[in-house]
Amino acid sequence: MIPPLPGPAHAATPSPATRRAPGPAPGTSSDPPVGNDCCRLGVLRKGQRAVVTGLDDSAVATPLPPGELERRMIEMGLIEGARVEILHEGFPGADPLAVRINDHTLALRRAEAHAVLVTLG
Amino acid sequence: MSDTVLSTLAFTGVPPRIALVGNPNCGKTALFNALTGARQKVANYPGVTVERKIGEFLSPAGTRVQLVDLPGTYSLRARSPDEEVTRDVVLGRFQHEAPPDVMVCVADATNLRLHLRLVLELKKLGRPIILALNMMDVAEARGCRVDAAALSAALGVPVVPTVAIKRTGVVGLLDQIDRSMIAMTATLPPSPGTSSCGWSEPSALDLRAYHQEVETILAAALRDAGRPSLATRRIDAALLHPAIGLPFLFLVLFLMFQAVFAWAAVPMDMIDKGLGWIQAVAGAVLPDGLLKSLLTDGIIAGVGSVVIFLPQILVLFFFILMLESTGYMARAAFLLDRLMGGVGLHGRAFIPLLSSFACAVPGIMAARTIENRADRLATIMIAPLMTCSARLPVYTLIIAAFVPDRTVAGGMIGLQGLVMFTLYAAGILSALAAAFVLKRTIFKGAREPLLMELPSYRLPSPRDILLGLLERARIFLARAGTVIFSIMILLWFLGSFPAAPDGATGPAIDYSFAGMLGHALAPLLAPIGFTWQIAIALVPGMAAREVAVAALGTVYALSETGDALSGSLAGVLAADWSLPTALSLLAWFVFAPQCVSTLSVVKRETNSWFWMLVMIVYMTALAYGAAFVTFHLSSALLGG
Ligand SMILES: Nc1nc2c(ncn2[C@@H]2O[C@H](COP(=O)(O)OP(=O)(O)OP(=O)(O)O)[C@@H](O)[C@H]2O)c(=O)[nH]1
Ligand SMILES: [Mg+2]
Repeated sequence: MIPPLPGPAHAATPSPATRRAPGPAPGTSSDPPVGNDCCRLGVLRKGQRAVVTGLDDSAVATPLPPGELERRMIEMGLIEGARVEILHEGFPGADPLAVRINDHTLALRRAEAHAVLVTLG
Repeated sequence: MSDTVLSTLAFTGVPPRIALVGNPNCGKTALFNALTGARQKVANYPGVTVERKIGEFLSPAGTRVQLVDLPGTYSLRARSPDEEVTRDVVLGRFQHEAPPDVMVCVADATNLRLHLRLVLELKKLGRPIILALNMMDVAEARGCRVDAAALSAALGVPVVPTVAIKRTGVVGLLDQIDRSMIAMTATLPPSPGTSSCGWSEPSALDLRAYHQEVETILAAALRDAGRPSLATRRIDAALLHPAIGLPFLFLVLFLMFQAVFAWAAVPMDMIDKGLGWIQAVAGAVLPDGLLKSLLTDGIIAGVGSVVIFLPQILVLFFFILMLESTGYMARAAFLLDRLMGGVGLHGRAFIPLLSSFACAVPGIMAARTIENRADRLATIMIAPLMTCSARLPVYTLIIAAFVPDRTVAGGMIGLQGLVMFTLYAAGILSALAAAFVLKRTIFKGAREPLLMELPSYRLPSPRDILLGLLERARIFLARAGTVIFSIMILLWFLGSFPAAPDGATGPAIDYSFAGMLGHALAPLLAPIGFTWQIAIALVPGMAAREVAVAALGTVYALSETGDALSGSLAGVLAADWSLPTALSLLAWFVFAPQCVSTLSVVKRETNSWFWMLVMIVYMTALAYGAAFVTFHLSSALLGG
């Protein structure tokens, strides 16, 4: 039913267990420092920049069916390799976040931003 | 040869259908308006269009083309009812309509990385596509350079740059539409319903693959990504600032209600004088009798008492249009997400709720953009508690009659505007309270995630604002001239017949059908302090809330025994009602559910009679309860 995926996708097929894109995402240096890799978008503060390394919505409580939040995030541009920057924080509790993603700005809550794995820089 | 193909198309009688598809807020409706000359709502936040809209235009080659404007969506995996409309139309599932012959995919040229993904998904359907690279003016200003030829080659579809808000900005698109239709008729003879099966829901893997493909395409076609809008960032640094953001939002809303009074006062006065003059002339010229009564008491007193509020409605709409077209609306949703979360609502719910200040009907429709059904129902149920513009006349009339026109806080704030703000605030607070209760009882469930684009700020074009206001004025006057006009004639009839018996002491209306009705309802409404005249006015007020004012105008005009006709309605009310009665009526109208169009749109949007009935019952109970408490509390306090 689904036609074969276009070229570059085959090379980047992630392993389903981690849903992390293997290898460097476009736009990152070829060898990111290991310790930085552990951050989640939800813990960043205003002004911090990062690059998305993967999505993992397993730890996030949502009313959505499993995998749905991930797909929505990809559709909104939160995908491996996207450059993100926290532009503004809401009130109270510095929530929600206004996040610059490449060329557009997205509002999302910290709770869901925890599903986005990032590396600083 | 192309001419013959086109004329065959034209000859078959069924105009080819073209649909505008794309991400939210990329300018689809602006293009639709530019192509068809329509005036559909365009505003700077995602989720403006929530229905399928159809228009027609003549292509340069002379073909009549049907154009379909659709709600924006990030994906064909529709997650909310508005996106379902787009999916169904595109896939040919909508009410058994064939899928569109050509899709014009609209993409924001400044944000291709995000917008091209949907284009790839649509391309998979294998139907003719044109890519409109919209907002080219903004792209140029930001130094963003796209090579349209390279993009077209990489994508394999024709690409045309457009500027939807300029008259010359769609010429290229029109030409391309003609070329695509020729190509379409030449290659595949119209075979309706070819492929609704060319699409299956993409998995996370497929979505990633699309994004990869977009990167490859952009590497070939994007010469310069340009700079993001620095102005937007600076403005947001202030307007979304944790300490400034919310106070500023409330200040804007407060100013809006002050302005409704302050700015509208002079034109309202002029309309009032004009109407008084017409009434006087009509009174002097016409011979005494039924015709004179119908014209002066029925039509001028009734319809006129509504028309007078046109300036206020326009001021209110001016503010709403400004908020919507600058891009502040999405910011308000951002700022309020936490607070609204306290009562279990989504920040996005602010947008339908603010629209409900204009009218609950578009407000309830706008709730389509809320994905979660429970959240959406909760938003629909509380939307009518936001004070709609039709209640403005009722508030204003009573405030003008009972609240002195003076300033408080050292001349800074008008007292009447303050009372008005309080009434709106009462509506908002009760809406929040209702949401709190609903979300904890019937509509339980965790909140849907917030994933909302914050568009760049845009300077609204004065022309658009002006056209928007003219459109509003037209709708308002058309309503006054049709619905309200006919109800007033009916009411005048019911208020004049049967005529008073000989030797009657009271005014004739006492003995009329309307009088009987009013007196019959009076005992029911006596506990909340309403007079029988109010009871009469509430009944036609169900058709549209401002009719209640018109009805009061007519009822009191008919109740006057002769020469006292000169006084304004506000003056008459001030003399006739006690203060507790006035306050009680205000409290009633904060909650009053009686508007047929609201109820029918609730029925349609929830697709159930049940929720409509729930709304009637709960809002009537609230209205009666609030009026009861207000009446008795104020009577006790005022020693009445
Ligand atoms: N500068 C500029 N602004 C545009 C252009 N096209 C649209 N806009 C503006 O972009 C905003 C969004 O336009 P709409 O036509 O409402 O967008 P839409 O795609 O219909 O949005 P939804 O109905 O929410 O999906 C409005 O403020 C328009 O004035 C353009 O070509 N140039
Ligand atoms: Mg639209």
